[in-house]
Amino acid sequence: MTGTRSILVIGGSSDIGHATALRYAKEGWRVMLAARDFEAARRNADDIGTRSGVETSVQALDVLQTAQLAGFIAALPVLPDSVVCVVGELGDQPRAQTDPELATTIMRTNFEAPSLLLERFAQAFEKRGSGTIVGVSSVAGDRGRASNYYYGAAKAGFSQFLSGLRNRLALAGKVRVITVKPGFVRTKMTAHMKLPAPLTVDPDRVAEDIFRADVTKPRDVIYVARRFQLVMAVICALPEAIFKRMRI
Amino acid sequence: MAASSPEGIGLSGWGNYPKVPTDLLAPQTPAGARDQLLARTGVIARGAGRAYGDAAIGAQSTISSRGLNRMRSFDAATAQLTVEAGVTIADILAAFEPRGFFLQVVPGTKFVTVGGAIAADVHGKNHHRDGGFGTIVESFRLALPGGEIVTCSRSENAALFAATLGGMGLTGMILDATLRLLPIETGWLRQDTRVASNLDAAIDQLEGSASTTYSVAWIDCLARGTALGRSLVYLAEHATRRDKDRLGPDLEPFPRPRYQRLSVPELFPGWLLNRASMRAFNELYFRRGAAHQDEQRLVHWDPYFFPLDAIADWNRIYGRRGFVQYQCVIPQGRARPVLAEMLDRVSRRGDASFLAVLKQLGEGGGPMSFPLRGYTLTMDFPVTATLFAFLDQLDALVVEAGGRLYLAKDARQSRTTFESGYPGLAVLRDIRQQTGANTRLASHLSARLGI
Repeated sequence: MTGTRSILVIGGSSDIGHATALRYAKEGWRVMLAARDFEAARRNADDIGTRSGVETSVQALDVLQTAQLAGFIAALPVLPDSVVCVVGELGDQPRAQTDPELATTIMRTNFEAPSLLLERFAQAFEKRGSGTIVGVSSVAGDRGRASNYYYGAAKAGFSQFLSGLRNRLALAGKVRVITVKPGFVRTKMTAHMKLPAPLTVDPDRVAEDIFRADVTKPRDVIYVARRFQLVMAVICALPEAIFKRMRI
Repeated sequence: MAASSPEGIGLSGWGNYPKVPTDLLAPQTPAGARDQLLARTGVIARGAGRAYGDAAIGAQSTISSRGLNRMRSFDAATAQLTVEAGVTIADILAAFEPRGFFLQVVPGTKFVTVGGAIAADVHGKNHHRDGGFGTIVESFRLALPGGEIVTCSRSENAALFAATLGGMGLTGMILDATLRLLPIETGWLRQDTRVASNLDAAIDQLEGSASTTYSVAWIDCLARGTALGRSLVYLAEHATRRDKDRLGPDLEPFPRPRYQRLSVPELFPGWLLNRASMRAFNELYFRRGAAHQDEQRLVHWDPYFFPLDAIADWNRIYGRRGFVQYQCVIPQGRARPVLAEMLDRVSRRGDASFLAVLKQLGEGGGPMSFPLRGYTLTMDFPVTATLFAFLDQLDALVVEAGGRLYLAKDARQSRTTFESGYPGLAVLRDIRQQTGANTRLASHLSARLGI
């Protein structure tokens, strides 16, 4: 590939988005960040540009305004080589059970909007004949649990969307789709939670694994931390009759 | 990153002594930090927690700056870098050493934040020549306890700027700062090692090399009698391109940071640190050093400036009771007899740190900066039942000589020792009165010392 490669991170104000963009920037990739919170994304872009010396830009984007997604892509300074979507909202599960509006927002933020956006990127990449789509889903989507089933259901939907998209694009072999399933990550989103240390990683680790799966050692589905894959395999193997009585 | 825990936790400095309860707040933006400051009393900012004692533990609340970890801008023409207060020296060197820039003043660990480095006005091995961290600070923004955010520099709010250098966070919370980086030709240091057979010889070596940029003596605290104060004296300069081509033609000019390869387990057995093991270690250390005597060699910037950073959590070797790092400065004229007396007492006591560090210092940058023209001696002591009485005796020697103790290391000095060492205290108190910081900002250190 000639010239500078570029990455677009959707959710560029988040800790994982910041770390991921910085990882690519350290390899000289041009960085574009898109986020609803423009100022927070600007702060991250300045950090990335200062640390790495690469060119950065920031786009305001509210993914829930799905009518604007087509215009957003058309207005980008350049169609990126890789797009990484880290949009997500854990939401307040107990509140969502009595607040349909919140439940709807959680499902739209984690499933509907990212899927609609990435479908458009898939088409633009297909037209160009190259590109990588990285969707950050969650292990929470592997099995529905009492503590976060709106979030988990939406992430399950998103994981299946990515799986299907990958399946569709694999035959032509030009556009790649990567599903990333982080377990516990120390971020603003989880700052209030007590996380089990052996299963918890820093955003830098997620960024490193994404970069590797995209650039140096191509993979389709990755778990971060790796051992979470085993944990989820066990959880998924539990018979429903037993699982439904557990609180994990 | 520490989670916010408004319900309170036990917090300590790098020495693991003392450990005291405080609320710990973790704002994620400078604006958030200012809001937390405004909402709290008995509050102090905390950077990486590398101050050894109780300087960065709030009397009631502690605001971590770790979320303020973004760099903002760099101007290659002026070498000016603006960063938020929680950015560490390690972050800066990782990003800029490969691009040919260094920091002219670095302390003995790179894991300190910029905010902490300003608040303690930290010094390096070149203080006698180049001054403290404050000298590379162009300006910073300070959140005052009333919520106002003011820019401080040598031309704007100059008194507040000076009092914040070494002011231990007691003037306000530093939100961001603009630093002047040092252009370098390579990331290597050209080092000379000299062996000094006793304290006098070590001081002679340091005095005789005052024009050398970096100088430091590592003293064997277990040596006694005529060998009291035997040292390895390390002298160094940033290697030029020509130095590197001559001494290490195959080396890359700007080597990357070295990563931590070792770490100390949480339950390191304290009995491993005994007189026999320390003596063996020191013997090895000195033989290795002496083998390089009078030869110039290139040393990577990371192990040169930050040797202990290679071992993660090295503070754990002193066990659960923690340790005190004792660092004093003795004015030039009194240094030889007073330091000899201190080393003699320490070597006779026996449980002292195996190594001590001796450095030259120049004048301090602000009224509360630790340095004064003279010699600074640094030693580690595990906390024991008899330690504090012993250190009080060392304090008496320091006071009598007109010296002082470093607040970034302190966990136990008395008010009288502190007050006699810091005549600039009146200036800090004055500023605190003017800004209202005296009723709002308080650390365990400031409460203990009555600042």
